[in-house]
Amino acid sequence: MPDTDTLTTAKPPFDVDQIRAEFPVLSQTVHGKPLIYLDNAATTQKPRRVIEKVRQFDSEEYGTVRRGSYRLSERATQMFEDVRHKVAGLFNAASHKEIIFTSGTTQAINLVAYSFGKAFVKAGDEIIISNIEHHANTVPWQVLCEDRGAHLKVIPVNDRGELIMEEYQKLLSPKTRIVSVNHVSNALGTVNPIKEITRLAHEAGAKVLIDGAQSTPHMKIDVQDIDCDFYTFSGHKMYAPSGIGGLYGKYDVLKEMPPYVTGGDMIRHVTLEKTLYADPPARFEAGTPAITQVMGLGEAIDYLQEIGLDKIAEYEHALLEYGTRLLSEIDGLNIVGTAAHKASILSFHIDVIHPHDVVTLLDQDGIAVRGGHHCAQPTMQRFCVPATTRASASFYNKYEELDVLAASVRRAIKLFS
Amino acid sequence: MSYDNELYQQVILDHNKKPRNFREMPEATHSCHGFNPLCGDDYTVYLKINAEDVIEDVSFMGSGCAISKASSSLMTGFLKGKKVDETKMVFGEFHKMVLGEMDPDQQEHHLGKLALFKGIREFPSRIKCASLSWHSMIGALEKDETITTE
Repeated sequence: MPDTDTLTTAKPPFDVDQIRAEFPVLSQTVHGKPLIYLDNAATTQKPRRVIEKVRQFDSEEYGTVRRGSYRLSERATQMFEDVRHKVAGLFNAASHKEIIFTSGTTQAINLVAYSFGKAFVKAGDEIIISNIEHHANTVPWQVLCEDRGAHLKVIPVNDRGELIMEEYQKLLSPKTRIVSVNHVSNALGTVNPIKEITRLAHEAGAKVLIDGAQSTPHMKIDVQDIDCDFYTFSGHKMYAPSGIGGLYGKYDVLKEMPPYVTGGDMIRHVTLEKTLYADPPARFEAGTPAITQVMGLGEAIDYLQEIGLDKIAEYEHALLEYGTRLLSEIDGLNIVGTAAHKASILSFHIDVIHPHDVVTLLDQDGIAVRGGHHCAQPTMQRFCVPATTRASASFYNKYEELDVLAASVRRAIKLFS
Repeated sequence: MSYDNELYQQVILDHNKKPRNFREMPEATHSCHGFNPLCGDDYTVYLKINAEDVIEDVSFMGSGCAISKASSSLMTGFLKGKKVDETKMVFGEFHKMVLGEMDPDQQEHHLGKLALFKGIREFPSRIKCASLSWHSMIGALEKDETITTE
């Protein structure tokens, strides 16, 4: 058993205190203790510049987009489309036309399941997901399969929470229409080999969707290198406001897909008899979008790129390793999800305490963690636990906060023993 | 080292560790399965009620957090020998207490040691943990097979 005193910590590649000072939420106390926010896999806090951008836009620049031909609207439209370019740049998409704004990953996956499904999935076809998906990447496909008479196949995982690639290859067939897996598992933290998953799916003639809700805040994403057909993200998990996110889709694939939601702004021409649809991305953006939130997203992207996603990934990995070592030393605690490649998510199970009691007790020490099934009940079933406690770290967290987490867990176990 | 709240008291920890009346009851006259889909608490409450409407026996089985298990355990101990009408009145008082609408230190009540759950009102997300088996017990009396709290 390693001795805590000898645990080494890599020096962060930036000044973490300076970063923390940019997040107003983090400076408060909870139950008289400094807040230790470790529920970043659920949602992230907002830096002051994102908060300020949203306030400033609404105070000085707000106007409708893609409709008005007056100054306010034209300026807002320009700013709105600039953010689309920023998103395309962040993920290295070939064109900004490949970026569709949605409310987040859930809506993005539903869009693809409905639209791609309507055009390309028929009775007897197969769709592949994995055993460690969020419900948002499970239920839309179940609904589609039920609707079309298609079949859902599931890639199994090993005891470490890694996809079993041999089994995946066996599931692929000429009947496979789409493979939809996450880049990073929200419940376990596993980083999946999505490039290989995509290559194999393409060999079988299937399209690929990667759920990037958990990966986009932690690492650099290059959709052209991955070669996936779709990639989704949620702004609120990457330091932007809630209610905004998006879908990347290869343009050639998007242009063959029918609309998902219909209405204003997604049309080319409407008569009472027939409607011609606009080209992507407008085809998939009916109605007035989340204009203000898009501005916040643009600011968050600038912020992340200024810090550097490589530096973020490096430091968060150091936090993961440190936290993993601290928690592994605790008797009666089992880490659920021990993949070789992980993002900074620590899901664990304590023999003597139910996760909801753990969460309440940790909250007494000012620590915010999630307890529950993490909207991934099939994952919990695979690991034979009703729920886990999950601590998920961001680059604004500190090694010392993980020390407090470990001490608080020990204290909770002592109370229950 | 102590926590400054009244939630995890020794009695609650004890009933979580060693739940009383924690068994199935094949001869039950009434039973109901209670489930909280949000947190996964899952219990079945069994009642054996005689011709005089007295609860002769009461038990529970299932799994969940310490609060739900201790609350179920203490409930079963409390209900044994009570009249059905009385249980409904006590359920009303218990429910008001956990919601913070009744303070057992200030107001008259019939809750006995169940009053130790009054601390739950400080923890809104845990109220359903404390009340799940009570809802199941009422569900059993009303011949519901399953109830859920959301």
